[in-house]
Amino acid sequence: MAGELSFEKPLEELRAKIDELKRFGTEKGIDFTEEIARLEDRYVKLAEEIYTNLSVPDKLLIARHAQRPTTMDYIHAIIDDFIELHGDRLYGDDLAIVGGIGKLDGVPVTVVGHQKGKDTKDNIARNFGMPHPEGFRKGLRLMKQAEKFRRPILTFIDTPGAFPGGAAEERGQAEAIARNLIEMANFRVPIICVIIGEGGSGGALALGVGNRILMLENAVYSVSSPEAAASILYKDAKQSLKAAEAMKITADHIVELGVADGIIAEPRGGAHRDLQQQAAYIKDALLIHLGELLKLSEQELLDDRYNKYRAIGQYTFIQQLGEVH
Amino acid sequence: MLKDIFQKKRRYATIPSEKTKREIPDGLMTKCAKCGTIQYSKELEKQFKVCPACGYHARLNALERLEMMLDNGRLFEYDSDMVSVDPLQFPGYAEKLEKHSEKTGFRDAVITGEGTINGYPVVVVAMSFDFFGGSMGSVVGEKVTRAIETAIQKHYPLIIFSTSGGARMEESILSLMQMAKTSAALARFNEQRGLYISVITDPTFGGVPASFAMLGDYILAEPGAAFGFTGRRVIEQTIRQKLPDNFQTAEFNLQHGQLDKVVHRKDMRQVLAAILELHSRGGVTQRGG
Repeated sequence: MAGELSFEKPLEELRAKIDELKRFGTEKGIDFTEEIARLEDRYVKLAEEIYTNLSVPDKLLIARHAQRPTTMDYIHAIIDDFIELHGDRLYGDDLAIVGGIGKLDGVPVTVVGHQKGKDTKDNIARNFGMPHPEGFRKGLRLMKQAEKFRRPILTFIDTPGAFPGGAAEERGQAEAIARNLIEMANFRVPIICVIIGEGGSGGALALGVGNRILMLENAVYSVSSPEAAASILYKDAKQSLKAAEAMKITADHIVELGVADGIIAEPRGGAHRDLQQQAAYIKDALLIHLGELLKLSEQELLDDRYNKYRAIGQYTFIQQLGEVH
Repeated sequence: MLKDIFQKKRRYATIPSEKTKREIPDGLMTKCAKCGTIQYSKELEKQFKVCPACGYHARLNALERLEMMLDNGRLFEYDSDMVSVDPLQFPGYAEKLEKHSEKTGFRDAVITGEGTINGYPVVVVAMSFDFFGGSMGSVVGEKVTRAIETAIQKHYPLIIFSTSGGARMEESILSLMQMAKTSAALARFNEQRGLYISVITDPTFGGVPASFAMLGDYILAEPGAAFGFTGRRVIEQTIRQKLPDNFQTAEFNLQHGQLDKVVHRKDMRQVLAAILELHSRGGVTQRGG
């Protein structure tokens, strides 16, 4: 499982060495207790060093890990009495986006999120979490329903981006995303968005206009996937890691740039190491922020959301060059 | 060295091509980018830069566009002194900005302001594809948002002429967020029942159509203008899908229900004026005018 993360290799090697020594000791009846203790100590230190110094490419690997928990995993762990709802009532049911109703600690909520597959077959059915217009419209339908019944909206974001295909274009991919942005700006209920894995481009933003944007520690958020950015910037998709670094896609940067409002910690090594623990962290964060937002009036919620996005961006005026607004 | 001798050997002689032989003094004549027909530039200007042979609508920069659309070509420009910074310290961004500024004479990819069309006051926004591929960064997003807010304040209708190659990669997440910012401003404009006409020109892709360009009360496009979310080349490369020749053209998009009307450039002012006129009684334009 962990074998897919290259930066964990030194740890695996050390672990193998310890196991080997233990086995050898038992077989030959030699006491290696001291050596093993020393190696275990080294293991702890090495783990500490590796996990506190994860590079951007390392985090990207974690964010895209095949076993990384998905929207549905969190829904099952956090939301009580969840009922999944389907379809956009216009064209179809896009499985790349899931949604439904349930309770968060007793409060009725609507949950919408991108859904990646758990295995190859599931991934094909879910189009690797890349929605078509009907997916965004399904999300919009459920969010409108939430507003009608005055339910807070929670969204889980995890997509490489909107699907780049002919049929998606014919059915209005751009319009579907744009419509979600303008509608989400105007919902009179609290909206909290959590980026749980990959936040890629307009396809992520289409579920990402909220009062609060939270990111898991190893999640990433960017204007396009690092691969697409590299092919635009350097005419070479293989330079994606260089693009990923330059685009400042990790949670710490996204907070610093005024886009995300908070970071939710992950269990050491990443969310896939302990789903229940991760779900508990997410639930705690949701309850804190929802508690704050539920105190606001409808108008205050709208203003809060407007002001949040209104303030994002950096520019200057020609007379005052050097001074950033 | 032996290698050097071989390198010096020229394998092909250079023959002046057809093109270079028919060289034209700069500016006097213009060649159609689509069919190659050569026209007197002055004549072409009179034709709104539309090729008389094939009908190709040559790309216009923001100023050319506004001069053509507004009464007497007169614009009162907003925020003309706003410029981009390099918020992510992105390698090469500052240099690229300077290069595009020098090349085009513009400070960024959008010009905003107000003027009149057939006497109706309007807030106008026009984008330039030749500045940084018409990409939307913080400046484009901020200027568009301010223009919308001015339209709200003054109760003027809003007209946006879009063209864009996509996001300003060098501003990454800030670029993406401009989609949300401009859309949120339009949501407020809608609450006030403001009139917004979106005019899509060639080409318009990525974040601009996935935000304000596709949110017009009326969406018009110039003939042949290509627009959509993901460009044809990317689709063909990523999923190896064969696409029809007219894929994503205005006419194709009209067929697929993505816009209201394809309007020839020579008729654009008239169509805009007609829509403005239809909204002038009891609509926002009355209070503004």
